[in-house]
Amino acid sequence: MSPELPDELFDAAAAGNRRALGRLLTMVERRDDLGAVVATRAHRDGGQARVIGITGAPGTGKSTITGRLADVSGAARPAILAIDPSSPLTGGAILGDRIRMDGHISSSAFIRSMATRGHAGGLAVAVPDAIRVLDAAGCDPVIVETVGVGQVEVSVAAAADTTVVVVTPGWGDAVQANKAGLLEVADVFAVNKADRPDARGARRDLELMLDLGHQDGWRAPIVLTTANQGKGIEDLWAEIERHAAHLRESGQLSRRRCQRQRDEVADRIELGLRDRAGQIIESEVGAAVLDRVEHREISPAAAAEMLLAPLTPDPGPES
Amino acid sequence: MDRPAGAFLAPDNRGSPIRVLLAKLGLDGHDRGLKVVARTLRDAGLEVIYLGLRQTADSIVAACEQEDADVVGLSMHNAGHLTLAPRMVQAVEKAGLGVPVVIGGIVPAADVPVLLNAGVAAVLGPGASAEEVVSAVTAAVGRRRTAPGTAAP
Ligand code: B12
Ligand SMILES: Nc1nc2c(ncn2[C@@H]2O[C@H](COP(=O)(O)OP(=O)(O)OP(=O)(O)O)[C@@H](O)[C@H]2O)c(=O)[nH]1
Ligand SMILES: [Mg+2]
Repeated sequence: MSPELPDELFDAAAAGNRRALGRLLTMVERRDDLGAVVATRAHRDGGQARVIGITGAPGTGKSTITGRLADVSGAARPAILAIDPSSPLTGGAILGDRIRMDGHISSSAFIRSMATRGHAGGLAVAVPDAIRVLDAAGCDPVIVETVGVGQVEVSVAAAADTTVVVVTPGWGDAVQANKAGLLEVADVFAVNKADRPDARGARRDLELMLDLGHQDGWRAPIVLTTANQGKGIEDLWAEIERHAAHLRESGQLSRRRCQRQRDEVADRIELGLRDRAGQIIESEVGAAVLDRVEHREISPAAAAEMLLAPLTPDPGPES
Repeated sequence: MDRPAGAFLAPDNRGSPIRVLLAKLGLDGHDRGLKVVARTLRDAGLEVIYLGLRQTADSIVAACEQEDADVVGLSMHNAGHLTLAPRMVQAVEKAGLGVPVVIGGIVPAADVPVLLNAGVAAVLGPGASAEEVVSAVTAAVGRRRTAPGTAAP
């Protein structure tokens, strides 16, 4: 068996070897010991790439836009991460974004499909690591497509410098976007399928909602696109670049990235604690405490507090 | 993280599903079977990277590298299998990917041993059950992973 050491793979990937990059992504996706080594090096070397999130309701044209954006970016090595949900029942997934990108994309783009693998209501846990691997391997920009409703889009914003929210004509979408909390996370709007009636109406709806919201130095621009014909994509890219410049010039870029790292650490603490919670419940001590709850000697709240105590020792007065 | 019971996992990793790439080659427009197979494999806990129609050996190899797929599944209904399937096997070998190729669709019985000899891991036909589809794909991955010298170069 030939060695597949992370350092060798990184060197190969940085030199443009796609196979090596594919392997590295699998390693962080598996979240095992090797993955941790890869993630550490990626974090050390990353930080250069522009990270762009593309999100919105199913079928709005995110993949078509993403593929075209990679093309018009003119970048030498753009990368795309396309995230789809895993089935909560079986853990399986159909990753079907690539089919909408491959057709009209220059062969310079590296496309990876990823399933969320059971991370409830959010991005795959491995996504931030995967972004950093692509970044450390010299890909730029890294465009991340996420589908879904509710929490998923909100967490793409947590992974990207610039978040593009895609909606389609019709009141429904804009209202839904508002409900799902998308208006807050959008740095740029794409009203896609502008070949359909009332794209301008959709733009007006969005403008009205933006008027009501609060502003902090940046009002999300709205771009009409017809992605399957390639229309409006250059304008969309221009607005993304304008937002990137705004982030740099206002000093928000480093602030956003700091906040993002903080959020990621918090997320990982939460996940770790959740895993520990499972282990504790399954343990002998857990069983004994649960037994007392069952016999109504102590309340569930008291039981949880007892089991939690060793996990959360009081920070000493020194700290 | 817990894996649901019954999920098929890639053998050499802790709890990650098998990643299978599904495609049709050339101008063959029969994609109904491929869609059925995609759902079947998803329901068995695999991650299906669906490439759909009009792929070429080169586009499949390129996707396979980027996706780090464990196995390639092709669906063939245009009587081109005797040339296209061995060509796919060779393309995968030439790229040093070492992933098995499984095919389904319309393959006359007499052609099946020819394809197996050419390195195709399994051949399925109309009426293949969900169990047969799943076990053809997962067994091909299992054989590859346990065979010596077949890991990545
Ligand atoms: C439906 C159908 C069509 C539909 C296709 C719709 C679509 N989007 O798929 C339409 C009407 C478009 C069509 C057109 C044609 N068809 Co047609 N079609 C069929 C038909 C009746 C059924 C195919 C089907 O969908 N079966 C249902 C699926 C679920 O079964 P399946 O594909 O076999 O898949 C199963 C297994 O094979 C296996 N499997 C399949 N793929 C894979 C992949 C993997 C990885 C694995 C593990 C398993 C696996 O698992 C599946 C589940 O059991 C077959 C006849 C038949 N009985 O098969 C002819 C047939 C395939 N067609 C045929 C022909 C000739 C044509 C045309 C050329 C006809 C013409 N002259 O216009 C055109 C070509 C169109 C094109 N561009 O390619 C011939 C092919 C002959 C050959 N290969 O030698 C067949 C066999 C009919 C015949 N007896 O002559 N067709
Ligand atoms: N009419 C029209 N159709 C479009 C446009 N852009 C994309 N489509 C079509 O819309 C469908 C969905 O496009 P995708 O790019 O797959 O959309 P998506 O948002 O990525 O979809 P999911 O990932 O499944 O949520 C496809 O059939 C596209 O060809 C457009 O501007 N106008
Ligand atoms: Mg998509």
